[in-house]
Amino acid sequence: MEKTLRKDPAKKIGSAIAICLIAALYILLFLLDNVLPANGFTLMLIPVLKKGAIYSLICVSMNLLNGFTGLFSLGQAGFLLVGAYAYAIFAIPADQHPAVYQYFDGGAIGFSIPEALGKLLGENAGAFLGSIICIIIAGLVAAGFAALIGIPVLRLKSDYLAIATLGFAEIIRAIFQWNSLGPVTNGSNMLRKYTSLSAIKIGSVKLATVFPFLIAMVCIGLIVLLINSSYGRAFKAIRDDEIAAEAMGISLFKHKMLSFVISSFFAGVGGALLAMYQTTIQASAFKSAMTYEILLIVVIGGIGSISGSCIASFLYIACNEWWLRFLDSGSFFGISVPFFRDGFRKVVFSVLIMVIVLFFSRGIMGDKELSFAGLVRKLSGKKAAQAAEGGDGK
Amino acid sequence: MSEKNIVLHVENVTMQFGGVIAVNNLSLDVPEGEIIALIGPNGAGKTTAFNCITGVYEPTNGLVEFCGLPMVRNFPHGKMKKQYLGENGDKYIHDPAISPTPDKITALGIARTFQNIRLWKSMTVFDNVLTAKHMRAKQNVFSATFRTSAKEERRMREETAALLEEQDLLQYKDELATSLPYGLQRRLEIARALATEPKLLLLDEPAAGMNPQETQELGVFIQEIRDKYGLTVFLIEHHMDLVMKISDYIYVIDFGSEIARGVPRDIQNDQRVIDAYLGVSEE
Repeated sequence: MEKTLRKDPAKKIGSAIAICLIAALYILLFLLDNVLPANGFTLMLIPVLKKGAIYSLICVSMNLLNGFTGLFSLGQAGFLLVGAYAYAIFAIPADQHPAVYQYFDGGAIGFSIPEALGKLLGENAGAFLGSIICIIIAGLVAAGFAALIGIPVLRLKSDYLAIATLGFAEIIRAIFQWNSLGPVTNGSNMLRKYTSLSAIKIGSVKLATVFPFLIAMVCIGLIVLLINSSYGRAFKAIRDDEIAAEAMGISLFKHKMLSFVISSFFAGVGGALLAMYQTTIQASAFKSAMTYEILLIVVIGGIGSISGSCIASFLYIACNEWWLRFLDSGSFFGISVPFFRDGFRKVVFSVLIMVIVLFFSRGIMGDKELSFAGLVRKLSGKKAAQAAEGGDGK
Repeated sequence: MSEKNIVLHVENVTMQFGGVIAVNNLSLDVPEGEIIALIGPNGAGKTTAFNCITGVYEPTNGLVEFCGLPMVRNFPHGKMKKQYLGENGDKYIHDPAISPTPDKITALGIARTFQNIRLWKSMTVFDNVLTAKHMRAKQNVFSATFRTSAKEERRMREETAALLEEQDLLQYKDELATSLPYGLQRRLEIARALATEPKLLLLDEPAAGMNPQETQELGVFIQEIRDKYGLTVFLIEHHMDLVMKISDYIYVIDFGSEIARGVPRDIQNDQRVIDAYLGVSEE
């Protein structure tokens, strides 16, 4: 079966198109970082692309849990926070500690991984490798928190799970703001001066936009590989029918825990990237409203669709940060509109979301995936379709 | 009957919900390679008995052994200590080490189907069977994700294709499981249960909703798979003609208690069974 699939011409063309598009995207990102001049357009585009890529990863990680395993969890903001803090704590250079931890005598941790590696490998390589190591640590810490929280929480079902995870996310936020942990977390003050996206360079080549795309693509790729593996099928079985899954020998607790921990790992990675993007982080920003924002993107994109989550992330971020900005500015193409003042964007945005939810109730993609092979089949018409069917049937 | 190995041994199993005894002091033996039926009128406690065996419920009292290995053992304790209305309440000890969840029982070699078909709705026919192979696959989450156990995956796919071929379902492999006709969905559910490589197959009303023609085919099918895979079959059924035709031994329960046991010919003529099914005139 595998062999005949590889012979399928539509699939071949489809993957070729996909590879070309990805290559074109990275060339564009590279140009944006280094060559293209900073004007009004690129100054809006670059942050939207960066944040869109980061949100794609975060939303896909939530989709793994909510869309593919059927666990309605609302704890994502908590794991983002853990990831962001774990990243920042290990990436603040030693000489900045007195400034950042000004109320806690310079903090308890006196080193930074990017800096330590920088001394060995040179500044740029140190920042690049060090931030990747910090990102992995961020993921692992978030996964560790998830493993602990999962033991009591994953015994609950549906709405109760949502309430419990929401509660735990708030508890995490409270703990990170706790003054007694100040030497590590800086209490309720913000963490800053850590290695941010703008420090990611190879030689004089800036990679500030390429980097989040690269990390997000690798992570989403891993999630796709997981979902298409035997474990992914077991997750879907649990989503479709828990009782049948258990009767077929799929251990519910083990697989729910796996899904929860893996999802939290990638949420932690997403949190670390968000910290890199924002250059400062504060625990008070990771409220449950953030989880709802992510959930909204997942729903708009389609619960159970990876590509849907990615498309919806970029659309949502672009609308929120760029395309609908004019609604707040008081004027439209030079004409003064009295409605257009601060906050009006949110009103229009809510209406837009309502329209999407009412008329595309299964989201942009439903539970389908964007497939170039499918597009090629559709565009090239009957002949190719027949050939493809013949290939599949063998 | 006594020379054969006993695959499933149920002893004094009582299941009490609050003040209602759903299964009362049920004892039965399922010998290797036979087709044993559990019958009874609606609400007699057949499915509850199944759920006690497969670990969905923990019985209030009693012992279930699989191939001589104690699987579930319990006695009325906690809140049930005072409420317990059944018999043999002091015969067994509770052993928390052996109160397994359904997935562990399936791993021991007991597979089941459901009265109301429970296929995985969003999956294709092929994936339904393939997913049931997950339990026996030698892999972990890393080797599966990074495709280092691709050989295992290929083996699972080949075995699934072979199993579907044997069940005449291969032509439907890319269709959604729920788009199949009812009779085929039943057969797919049995194929999925077979994919877990069981020794004992529990069928919960496999002929429910089938017409006489389909029921007859199902009877032949059950006997075929029994012989082909060396299975022991324990089934709940309402269709009397099917039960009488294929079973080697029948247990009849009514209101949770056993009212008769015997070979099909004896059961057919048993007055208590006829009364239970048709009702007794009040004279």
